[in-house]
Amino acid sequence: MEDPNKLPHPYEPFAGELPEQAAVQSVIDRRKFFKLFGGGLAVAFVLHDLFSFADEGGVSMPPSVPASQVAAWIHIGEDGKVNVYTGKVEVGQNIRTSLSQIVAEELKVPIASITMIMGDTDLVPFDAGTFGSRTTPQMGTQLRKAAATAREVIVDMAAKSWNSEIKSLRAEDGFVLNTATGKKLGFGEITKGQQLLLPISDQAQVTAAKDWKVAGKTVLKVNGESFLTGKHQYVSDMKLPGMLYGKVLRAPSYNARLVSVDTKSAKAIAGVTVVHEGDFVGVAATDPVTARKALQAIDAKWQENHEQPSTATVFDYLVKTSQPGGGRNAPNSKGNIRDGLLAADFTQDRTYHINYIAHVPLEPRAALARWVDGKLTVWTGTQRPFGVQDDLAGVFNVAKEKVRVIMPDTGSGYGGKHSGEAAIEAARISRVAGKPVKLVWTREEEFTWAYFRPGGVIKVESGLKADGTITAWKFQNYNSGGAGLSTQYNIANHEIVHFPSDSPLKQGSYRGLASTANVFARESHMTDMARQVKMDQLAFRLKNLDDVRLKAVLELAAKRFGWGNTTKTTGQGFGLACGYEKGGYVATCAEVYVNNDKEVKVVRVTQAFECGAIVNPLHLENQVMGSIVQGLGGALFEAIDFKEGKILNPDLTGYRVPRFSDMPKIEIVTIDRKDLPSAGAGEAAILGIAPAIRNAILDATGVALTNLPLVPTGSLA
Amino acid sequence: MVLHINGVKQEVTTDADVELLSVLRNELELTGTKYGCGEGACGACTVLVNGRPTRSCITPVSAVSGKEIITIEGLAKNGKLHPVQQSFLAADPFQCSYCASGMIMSAVALLNSNPAPTETAIVNAMNGNICRCGTYPNIVNAIKLASKP
Ligand code: FES
Ligand code: FES
Repeated sequence: MEDPNKLPHPYEPFAGELPEQAAVQSVIDRRKFFKLFGGGLAVAFVLHDLFSFADEGGVSMPPSVPASQVAAWIHIGEDGKVNVYTGKVEVGQNIRTSLSQIVAEELKVPIASITMIMGDTDLVPFDAGTFGSRTTPQMGTQLRKAAATAREVIVDMAAKSWNSEIKSLRAEDGFVLNTATGKKLGFGEITKGQQLLLPISDQAQVTAAKDWKVAGKTVLKVNGESFLTGKHQYVSDMKLPGMLYGKVLRAPSYNARLVSVDTKSAKAIAGVTVVHEGDFVGVAATDPVTARKALQAIDAKWQENHEQPSTATVFDYLVKTSQPGGGRNAPNSKGNIRDGLLAADFTQDRTYHINYIAHVPLEPRAALARWVDGKLTVWTGTQRPFGVQDDLAGVFNVAKEKVRVIMPDTGSGYGGKHSGEAAIEAARISRVAGKPVKLVWTREEEFTWAYFRPGGVIKVESGLKADGTITAWKFQNYNSGGAGLSTQYNIANHEIVHFPSDSPLKQGSYRGLASTANVFARESHMTDMARQVKMDQLAFRLKNLDDVRLKAVLELAAKRFGWGNTTKTTGQGFGLACGYEKGGYVATCAEVYVNNDKEVKVVRVTQAFECGAIVNPLHLENQVMGSIVQGLGGALFEAIDFKEGKILNPDLTGYRVPRFSDMPKIEIVTIDRKDLPSAGAGEAAILGIAPAIRNAILDATGVALTNLPLVPTGSLA
Repeated sequence: MVLHINGVKQEVTTDADVELLSVLRNELELTGTKYGCGEGACGACTVLVNGRPTRSCITPVSAVSGKEIITIEGLAKNGKLHPVQQSFLAADPFQCSYCASGMIMSAVALLNSNPAPTETAIVNAMNGNICRCGTYPNIVNAIKLASKP
């Protein structure tokens, strides 16, 4: 008989499943740890005092390590293989590669000896999730320290066994060299027969970025080949013995109530299981074609709610239903707006409208669920494996230890896969069917039942002196969100506030979050103000800016773009914008051409980006490129169209995303600040493109657009 | 029905109107070919049918019986990557790589018919393939690397 626990399609690079009792994320017990991982040396981030309990091996109270205190483990096996355990997940940011580089750099081992075990709740320490550009600054920093600790201890052990001085020893390529004697020992030989579990030391000497040899260099995607041959198993590709294919009955619109459902004909189909729990109706069948037929055979009556806002009414609705913001979105004010406006030579009042947009990850949500003896295992593409573990434990009322969530490298997220809808659905159906169930959302389901980047309304009122000094800045954001809300410019009087509203669509995180909206409004308004006083867009910004990092990218982008060097021809226009978010600084220059038919073409984009010390130049540039291209879609044409609780364009024919032919000439320049800690790069780089294009259209035509997307039809109205 | 896939004859039992993509992925376990939209709009499901790039999500399996089908799994020969795969490996253009199979199949079809395509020819041939991670310029570079000088 097939072992039900054996995974026939092991997802690489971690091929085996470890025993079910492997739940060590909350308790670090030395014996258990090495039973799982074999002998050798392990470095974990634990508190020293708790750690000393751990050595008692269960005699005293088991040391429960606060989840927040554990972030990463590194284990160096007796075979010299290095396993790195982290709750971060790979959705295309190439952190599997960059984190390997960081560990290789500090531990002094070849990258090829490192395996990253990521996002498996049974095997890795707790992690809140992969979002907010935190992997590089937080996880990267932690792993550097862990690897440096391990290296120091190994060198120390070698020194003891050779009875030689540490300063004549050097760690290199997985070996310790004795430069005095020429002797050499592999890390695995040194740690052989040992079971050492050490806390990460804050004193460990990490390598300064200027001395990096492996980090800071371009390293190709570590598991790249498996994607180019089709071998990599995304969740949607996985299969277990006896697995069924699941489907879920969807409501015809949001907030519809299931009045009655007849599943008799579906049940009559051979091999079909129907699950009906409350408003949830799902089916499972031995193949997806039968599952589809079974779903169609279900007769359901719904009561729909037609009193829901539509694209045409949503902006009024968001303003009308808004509430005063609190917490970090509480009003932020300085000086007195009224005084600022009175002191101004020019004032300007504009309202910007931001449409809802979709993430459209190319791999829609998918999950494979299996229950064995009351323990649930779910493979799913989520940016929050531990969050989904919590959700599942809650929904099925089981202990968290009885739920394992595994996240293989996934077909992207962009902030759109924080949730675990497919995981819950697959687990629900699987529990009733008594067999593993895979559920892959269709593109239409992904468009309809996932969540969106919020739509919003942003009102900006400003006052300006004739010399270009900004005297007043009133910024009111309805529903778009708080990220990037405050302004980087020097303004004596400001009032900045975010009002959350009652969103008719499910909304959530996105690349750069609300800063895509806030920076659009702010930077659009800045260029409008520059025009009021007939100042150049660049000069106006530099005049009102102190932040040296922001100035540096702005000046670099302008220089590479040739800002101010060309005289405009008819239809041509130049725009720029800048901003920062989560340690990333961006400035974007755009050139557009608007022809006689008012068709807009983005001709050229130059973007400068800085996020501290660069870990992998090729992959950084790739992230920046991806941000520009994704941002281009939201800038020009992406918008969700909806009416009475229905998405009207839930497909790739109706919802336009950027394609090859939409590409302008894109130039990316990065600044490598080796003196600054590395920050994430997947988000801030998206901020500049929309306002830069908008400002270029203004420069070309005199038309000051205030909506995102700018030109949904491709031309100006 | 018999399908010729990657040089091998395979008997399939599905209904004639079922889409090729589903047969490849679920019946034959050739999961390198991806689902992205099911409407012929993203190219993730691209395979070669008699050398032509074909969207397997909107192609009924009956339409390809007896024809030569190549999927991403059929490109490497004797453990050696296809030259186009090698170029993509060297150029490392992707992020999540979910679009990779479809991109590579479309690129192979293009380069078979036009070994030294201009940038415009590349854009025209590839425009039906979506990379939501936005790596288009990098993909163009990878294709240039694979083309005859
Ligand atoms: S899945 Fe076939 S074109 Fe998108
Ligand atoms: S690399 Fe993610 S869709 Fe292309």
